[in-house]
Amino acid sequence: MDCEFWQDKVDAFVDDEMPSAQVRDFESHLRECPACSAETVARQRLKIETRAAGQRFMPSAALQERIREKIGSRKQERWQWWPTAVGVAAALVLAILAGQAWNRAQMRNELAVQLVDQHVATLAAVNPVDVVSTDSHTVKPWFAGKVPFSVDLPNLENTPYSLIGGKFVYFQQAPAAQLLFGIRKHKISVFIFRDHGNTSSLGEESAPVRRNGFVTQTWSEDGLRYFAISDVNGEDVRKLCEMLKAAS
Amino acid sequence: MKEGSQPEAFAELALPLMRPLYNFAHWLTRDTHEAEDLVQDAYVRALKGFSSFQPGTNFRAWMFRILRNAFLTSRMGTKMVQVPLEDEEGQEIEMPAVKDTPESALMGARSRQQIQAALERLPVNFREVILLCDVEEMKYQEIADLLDIPLGTVMSRIARGRKLLRGMLAEAQLRR
Repeated sequence: MDCEFWQDKVDAFVDDEMPSAQVRDFESHLRECPACSAETVARQRLKIETRAAGQRFMPSAALQERIREKIGSRKQERWQWWPTAVGVAAALVLAILAGQAWNRAQMRNELAVQLVDQHVATLAAVNPVDVVSTDSHTVKPWFAGKVPFSVDLPNLENTPYSLIGGKFVYFQQAPAAQLLFGIRKHKISVFIFRDHGNTSSLGEESAPVRRNGFVTQTWSEDGLRYFAISDVNGEDVRKLCEMLKAAS
Repeated sequence: MKEGSQPEAFAELALPLMRPLYNFAHWLTRDTHEAEDLVQDAYVRALKGFSSFQPGTNFRAWMFRILRNAFLTSRMGTKMVQVPLEDEEGQEIEMPAVKDTPESALMGARSRQQIQAALERLPVNFREVILLCDVEEMKYQEIADLLDIPLGTVMSRIARGRKLLRGMLAEAQLRR
């Protein structure tokens, strides 16, 4: 089959919509045809770039709050115990401190939910990673120029962990690296991004915690924020986090 | 489903989708206020119709469909669909003057801003299929169901949308 036959099927291949029997024929055609190979790579690149560029707009905190109110899921946290015996100034200080803590907790939950979403979306994706490689010497340089920091990877030799690949994502309107590791039949995502502004509210977790059915652990080091998430047990997440800390 | 548990069940499913829904709404409307109104409207409509949602079916696609229908009936959506954006046979679409080749597409760095600008210029019915396919990673059949169009139309819009995008990007690179 010649190029004319394949040229209107390149998009289906790039979108993983081509029937598997046809994929084999197309791949053997690609091995022999530089023109179709170049066209396929160009479309794959455009798809990856479009995905990154298309994740552009974030709902404001005010909108999120309005929608929560409208659908009746707003958590009503009212002060039931207004301390009449305490002076107004002291009460105000308490209220401000409590408000700040509540805001931090809200923000922390919100950020964690976004990362959980990203992890779930990655696992559900046809192509979960942009760079598929078990070799850290392939994945690390792939991020160079895409994220404004170096992505240090641990040596996984003789461990139950394997590197699956990496993905370029946007988080809180800033570039971030997502690493995907495998352990037995489970996957662990590790997000790395510059720790500033809202993201610092994620705090430090020296041991894994359970969130929305997932195990997460986060820490900050040298201005970078690391956030690991998986459905494996906490110990498996903790060990990988230790290796990442040692590698950075 | 119990009456009392409905808003909680809805919130649990729907709130994690706020970011992708808002992103899609903003790309459709290209305006922050319109996008906010649209997402809010979609959530209210979805909650009202939640009892008709079949558990076990694709909730994400259901939400996107509600949002997109809300867009079509909005002031801005009505205005946009009144403009003959696309003739499926291709006569109405003005293709970029520059022809993009695989070589030119692979050479030279294209900035995120250039791609975003090109996406903004795409007619809305090409833009939406490209976003649903590339950003939301939906399958062709999901997109066809969501937009209520034949599968073949999804495929042709994706192909033509990408061709338009590449032409615009090639033009942008020539201007640099």
